[in-house]
Amino acid sequence: MDTKRRTFLKAAGVAALAGISAPAVSKLAEASASAVPAVAENSGGTAGKMRYGMVIDMRKLYDRPDIQEKMAAACRYVHNIPTFDDPKSEIKWIWSAPYEQAFPEQSSTHNADVIEESQFILLCNHCDNPPCVRVCPTQATFKMEHNGIVAMDYHRCIGCRFCMMACPYGARSFNWFEPRPHIAQEINPEFPTRMRGVVEKCNFCAERLARGEKPACQVAAAEVGAIYFGDLNDPESEVRKVLAENPTIQRKPNLGTKPSVFYIV
Amino acid sequence: MIEKALRGSSRYWTWLGILAIFIGIGTFCYVRQFLIGQGLTGMGRDLGWGLYISQFTFLVGVAAGGLMLVLPYYVHDFKAFGRITVLGEFLAIPALVMCLLFIIVDIGQPLRAMNMILHPTPNSMLFWDMCVLLTYLFLNLICSWVILTAERKEVAPPKWIYIFVYISIPMAVSIHTVTAMLYCGLPGHEFWLSAITAPRFLASAFAAGPIIIVLACLLMKRIANFDAGKEAINKILTIIIYAALINAFFVCMEFFVAYYSTIPGHMHSLDYLFFGIEEHGVMYNNLVPFMWTSVFLCFGGLIVLAWLKLSKKVMTDAADWIIAAGCLAVFLSLFIDKGLGFVLGGLAITPFDTVVEYYPTVNEIGITIGIWAVGIFMVTVLYKLAVDVEHEVEE
Repeated sequence: MDTKRRTFLKAAGVAALAGISAPAVSKLAEASASAVPAVAENSGGTAGKMRYGMVIDMRKLYDRPDIQEKMAAACRYVHNIPTFDDPKSEIKWIWSAPYEQAFPEQSSTHNADVIEESQFILLCNHCDNPPCVRVCPTQATFKMEHNGIVAMDYHRCIGCRFCMMACPYGARSFNWFEPRPHIAQEINPEFPTRMRGVVEKCNFCAERLARGEKPACQVAAAEVGAIYFGDLNDPESEVRKVLAENPTIQRKPNLGTKPSVFYIV
Repeated sequence: MIEKALRGSSRYWTWLGILAIFIGIGTFCYVRQFLIGQGLTGMGRDLGWGLYISQFTFLVGVAAGGLMLVLPYYVHDFKAFGRITVLGEFLAIPALVMCLLFIIVDIGQPLRAMNMILHPTPNSMLFWDMCVLLTYLFLNLICSWVILTAERKEVAPPKWIYIFVYISIPMAVSIHTVTAMLYCGLPGHEFWLSAITAPRFLASAFAAGPIIIVLACLLMKRIANFDAGKEAINKILTIIIYAALINAFFVCMEFFVAYYSTIPGHMHSLDYLFFGIEEHGVMYNNLVPFMWTSVFLCFGGLIVLAWLKLSKKVMTDAADWIIAAGCLAVFLSLFIDKGLGFVLGGLAITPFDTVVEYYPTVNEIGITIGIWAVGIFMVTVLYKLAVDVEHEVEE
């Protein structure tokens, strides 16, 4: 009797292990089957596909902290971003920071006064080669195939914060506390609020683009026309024309992330 | 066999009782964190990881360290390790359980942890780390149990178990290698982007793991009438000394590369750890005393251990206390070097090239102590089992 029970328990243990790992194995098999054409497409570059990008004309924002704040406020409202006083718990999608924080790898010796004295607009770079997507263990953050936006699935994120560590631009925020009671402004019913324990960041207003609207920060900066937004893969687009006419810089280009946000300084 | 853990002296039960209190405190702190949020920790927006991940990293090393007993015994047939090899495996099991607990308490949505399996992502090193850690845990469970059962029945272990024993050897290397690789996909943190990270992790692991076994053997000699044998202890000390020296050499190489190249990104973390960084008139140096303590403990401990061996005093009974002191010094040094310095040093320099200092909160420390208590509890029970089986066989 006793040996039978042992045999049964052993068999049950093996079956349970197999059961737990089965979904992973089958998913992996699916993934590797579908991975073959994906690799082939990527090796040909992103040509033919859309890739959203942004050019920030800092010349129009140097003396305008009011516009910069307006941009952040628009984003806060559109995306129901909570406000925390403690910088430790802050959620930031788009924010302003001094030059040496925005471009720590560029020389900050003998910069023009205007650069020293101004704040720069920072947001997610929606990299073409995003390190956050590479390290995410659940594909909760991913690059949208059809437009290159790096997006988040708040319902899948397990809150390991690996993506925050991977992002060289500090663009990601974690909900250290329940965010909903800290939403200081009116709630925008068109965008979901988040829950505690997940990571969030700028999504290039993917939900607005889908409705044919412009990104909220671009609209907020419209009075000075500081933001250009469009398809980087389309040579006829406005962003490409602005890029062709103006010398621009990117944040930490040496890391090979291929940022989609450009700065005219 | 498990019934052996349920019979013990009052000292055994008192010790488990004390540990249970700490586990209780840890559980209470975790329930608070679970209900209120990770905001109760010292971590923050520009400091995404903290004590939990650093402890995790250190303990993966402890788990891998058991290899230094398994390898000589099974591959090189070094008979003196026969009595204590199971201690290596019984150390790996609690260390791995602690690793998994540290991951669970670290993640913001622990109830979604199974998403790692539902949505397996081969390009994430965390996925591979989960795979190798679970595999290594399974291998250690099965190997230690089957071999100890055979020993108890005084028969040779079944042949098939050696397949698992031999698989566990590269697996031990891989758990720490993959853990080092976790830090290599993070382009913002140059301190971690070093090809020497994995070798350095392994070197410190092969010192730290065996040290725990030496300390446990010395302790059990006094309180449990279990003698590992002078030859075994002597040989482990050789391994510890070499592994700790190699680790120190690797750390020196990190220093050389940073300060000879004078590339700021390479120097910043070392500056912060060993000298402090001044920024806008504020001095950030809260880890400096720890790091120098680590340096002195490492060389102090190594000098003591080397002196014991060179003077041949290591084989005398009187040497036990000195061995323990030397080992403890090296262990603390490695704990500070990897359990604090490596992770927090890389973290403190933000992607904006500013410095953010990390101070763990009381709640966070409570959880950490609770998990350590779980590990020590498990080690106590498992080692008691192993020693009782030895005693039974001797009778």
